[in-house]
Amino acid sequence: MYSFNFRRASNIEDAQQIHQSSSDAVYVAGGMTLIPSLKLRLANPDDVVDLSQIEGLSAISSNDGVVSVGAMARHCEVAATSDIPALASLASRIGDAQVRNRGTIGGSLANNDPSADYPAAVLGLGATIHTNARAIAGDDFFVDLFETALEDGEIITRVDFPIPKRAAYAKFANQASKYAVVGVMVAETDAGVRVGVTGAAACAFRLTSFEEALSANMSASALDGIDVDSSDFNSDLHASAAYRGSLVTVMAKQAVEQLAA
Amino acid sequence: MDAETGIGASVLRKEDARFITGKGQYTDDISVFGQTHCVFVRSPHARAKINSINTDPAMAVDGVIRVFTGDELVEDGIGDLPCGWVVNSKDGSPMVSPPHPPIATTVVNYVGEPYAFVVAETLQAARDGAEAVEADFDILEAVVDTATASSSTQIHENAPNNQAYDWELGDKEATDAAFENADHVTELDITNNRLIPNAIEPRAALGSYDAASSTYTLYTTSQNPHVERVVLALFVNVAPEANLRVISPDVGGGFGSKIFVYAEETAVIWASAKVGRPIKWRADRSESFLADAHGRDHVTKAQLALSSDGEMLGLRVKTIANMGAYLSTFSSSVPTYLYGTLMAGQYKTPAIYVETQAVFTNTSPVDAYRGAGRPEATYVVERIVETAARELNMDPVELRRKNFIPPDAFPYQTPVALEYDTGNYAASMSKALELADSDGYAARKAASEANGKLRGIGYSCYIEACGIAPSQLVISLGAGVGLFESAEVRVDVSGSVSVMTGSHSHGQGHETTFAQLVSDRLGIPFDSVNVIHGDTGRSDYGLGTYGSRSIAVGGSAIDKALDKIIAKGKKIAAHMFETTEDKVNFAEGQFSYEGSNEPKPFAEIAGAAYIPAVYPLDELEPGLSEKAFYDPKNFTYPAGSYVCEVEIDPSTGVTEIQKFVAVDDFGNVINPMIVEGQVHGGLAQGIGQALLEHGIYDADGNLSTGSYMDYTMPRAADLPDFEVDMTSTPCTHNPLGVKGCGEAGAIGSPAAVMNAITDALGVKDVPMPATPHTVWETIQQGA
Ligand SMILES: Cc1cc2nc3c(=O)[nH]c(=O)nc-3n(C[C@H](O)[C@H](O)[C@H](O)COP(=O)(O)OP(=O)(O)OC[C@H]3O[C@@H](n4cnc5c(N)ncnc54)[C@H](O)[C@@H]3O)c2cc1C
Repeated sequence: MYSFNFRRASNIEDAQQIHQSSSDAVYVAGGMTLIPSLKLRLANPDDVVDLSQIEGLSAISSNDGVVSVGAMARHCEVAATSDIPALASLASRIGDAQVRNRGTIGGSLANNDPSADYPAAVLGLGATIHTNARAIAGDDFFVDLFETALEDGEIITRVDFPIPKRAAYAKFANQASKYAVVGVMVAETDAGVRVGVTGAAACAFRLTSFEEALSANMSASALDGIDVDSSDFNSDLHASAAYRGSLVTVMAKQAVEQLAA
Repeated sequence: MDAETGIGASVLRKEDARFITGKGQYTDDISVFGQTHCVFVRSPHARAKINSINTDPAMAVDGVIRVFTGDELVEDGIGDLPCGWVVNSKDGSPMVSPPHPPIATTVVNYVGEPYAFVVAETLQAARDGAEAVEADFDILEAVVDTATASSSTQIHENAPNNQAYDWELGDKEATDAAFENADHVTELDITNNRLIPNAIEPRAALGSYDAASSTYTLYTTSQNPHVERVVLALFVNVAPEANLRVISPDVGGGFGSKIFVYAEETAVIWASAKVGRPIKWRADRSESFLADAHGRDHVTKAQLALSSDGEMLGLRVKTIANMGAYLSTFSSSVPTYLYGTLMAGQYKTPAIYVETQAVFTNTSPVDAYRGAGRPEATYVVERIVETAARELNMDPVELRRKNFIPPDAFPYQTPVALEYDTGNYAASMSKALELADSDGYAARKAASEANGKLRGIGYSCYIEACGIAPSQLVISLGAGVGLFESAEVRVDVSGSVSVMTGSHSHGQGHETTFAQLVSDRLGIPFDSVNVIHGDTGRSDYGLGTYGSRSIAVGGSAIDKALDKIIAKGKKIAAHMFETTEDKVNFAEGQFSYEGSNEPKPFAEIAGAAYIPAVYPLDELEPGLSEKAFYDPKNFTYPAGSYVCEVEIDPSTGVTEIQKFVAVDDFGNVINPMIVEGQVHGGLAQGIGQALLEHGIYDADGNLSTGSYMDYTMPRAADLPDFEVDMTSTPCTHNPLGVKGCGEAGAIGSPAAVMNAITDALGVKDVPMPATPHTVWETIQQGA
């Protein structure tokens, strides 16, 4: 770790103010991604701006068919909610207990790791990401590998998840890290069937071919014979692109079977 | 004997109270006045020529005290890190041991090899300094792959074909003849994956030099502090042995990786005199991945000759063993004398011929890791036996039974040098089958298939040679050390006992097991025995702990010292009883004499030895303290039968172990709970090797699995409930009848798992580790 100034923000404006006035600042939420990269000296910010003391930022509420999760809500807190069981179940399977006790939804989405779980929920459930400046439709949020629609210094404040009619998340976890090799959220929402896929490609995406097939017939067999194009999928030590391609179908079917159960 | 704490009782471990309440004293917990901090500057390249190193920018960093390069150690007469076991090639020539300066001077040969180190006031300053060191390298082509290393570019000037040695064992002609007469030959090409040890406590060292007495004290995470001391003194020339004290305080696991003498403690202890202040280093986890010696990494071709009815006639094994960039401390012995010698397994195979070519690559050095050679041997034997049974359409259990060395054939001389003292292999096999409910297997397989899953069953009947080792035998085979053990039993005035042992506990529970032995034999309370280890200043000598040797060799040394204590006690008692010592009996902590109805408890005799009022001072020295050195007559041969049942989901390739049965024969057992714990740990590592763990380098020699994000350490949730049981044929040549249990689980289990997986998939081989991805690809290839 290099030395840096630890700056504790008391409210959103304060946080942004500190960020703007610094030549090189970074927000810290749960620190589960940021702190390891600081320790390995992969990052060398002047200022680390702590969001943990900002009031209301970790609130979770449920109103008018929408579950609203504050950016600083930790994975263990989301796992304890009940209005969208698929979301709670997803949160309960992130990493390990230590990670879930620190890591936050805001940090996870801002980081946009290709293997993170929440992006599948944002796309699969049709969530909206609120920042200090605007509301961003989930479908527009994930841009590329570790790249999001957030502007420099923009702060996620909360994520609104419309409560689906039913939804299920199936995850094939990396044996070492427990991140998703492939994760698929299948949801029947007021706006139709949605399928969000994470882990497979540079960033999470919706699989429209599956959405169409499942809209016609919400059963695992509806996915038989649909070709998943894995040519642009990630290929690494743990999984080839072809294996990921196959897992997308297997996980989607598992999710559909859970829906029916 | 106290049934609660004596031999055979599952006494809770004394040491756990301090470990689980954070009161252990590990090397990094120790700080001394004036201490400085050290960070090593490590090569980012797998192979490069060092053109120049500029330490000036590092010296300019605030808080940096000194920056050392390898040249300064060489100039000061510090020698290379030696390999302590000389293995000869087939042609009689000794192995090639390339120069291995602790701190690289002219070339670097693996990513992570240190080429400089920085000593600073704080760890932060040392890190900043290390980052500021500038080096100019010519990057050279790296050799990474085990199988092709000998035909790749030459790494070391003195090692053509990147070969360290080309070794053989066994009778080639007899083996060739067996193959000529065979009805069937089974062939199997297999790899034994590279593992990275990952002890929970990273390696650490704290070196200090006392100018007033010219003595050095090194605290370090060593499994064998006396060996560390003798190597640093005799070979590396750090200091005269008498002026060097090595202390291994609490050590959090080793699995072999803390046997070896490494660059870091060498540098720290040497530099402490140059700097004139104590120096501490503790590895980061990422550093451990690169700087600790790795394990396994073999590529093997094996052939088994059989008669048509399944009699094993001959075995040929040809192995390429990856040694990494240099020969680490005991590396040469692992794929040879700890490997080829085990190729008979539990079987009567009359002719065996083993060849091992050891090769250099630009990877971290490879050395002994839990089981060291014996897991690799078991993997070859038990995989090919199972494969042969499938090819002959025989039940693998029957084929094994047919070939087991029968109980009445012991002592049994194998064709690969070892003489097994005792065993009953069919007995452990029967017990294992019973526990595994092998009769119910067909129904379980049908149920899996109905669910779209594949089910398989696999066996592994391992044998190992531990209780390492008869000194003259190993010295005649090239070892540079004897492998006896020492003990001192020091009875206090009050009758309590301190035991100084040369064994070292880094998780094994010696403080409990050894205390049970002493309390049982002397008939004194368990709590009045204090076991002291890990300090060259307190134990006479010691060869440390590895090769499941602590109870068989260290325990036997204690037992021998106890014999002497009891013998002297009898003399003292005889004097007090006014009789002769042959008429004195000692049992249950009491010295007795037929002519007296007042037995004398052990404590009273101890008291008399130190307050010699009634004492034969003209014949006997006062005091009651005895030393013993025990040199084993043979290895010990734990053996067992393991059964593994797996279920595979063909859609994902995920393997789930549904049943794992381990029946081991460790001879006599002092503490069954500790033994069972050792088996559990061994199984976790063996199953880890089979399913999860893999040290992978990319083509440029970068370690791709250098953190827990990519290297899968087994977790409790990855493992099934183990069903563990034992049979017993006591060792015939040590006084306790014990064999050693530390490595068995890791030795026997990989073959059982892989036999089950290949059975489920109906294929000859799946490379370890059988990750979901690998299994899925295997299924795709068959589809
Ligand atoms: C061992 C391990 C296993 C893991 N396994 C999984 C897994 O299985 N699935 C999974 O999804 N994740 C996994 N993670 C990631 C973890 O769940 C966290 O979600 C993730 O590390 C980021 O969240 P954080 O709160 O810790 O963010 P931090 O590390 O504090 O920050 C991450 C980044 O986001 C930025 N940031 C944080 N909050 C905001 C905000 N409100 N607005 C704008 N920018 C912000 C920071 O500036 C930083 O750049 C794992 C992590 C570890 C260490």
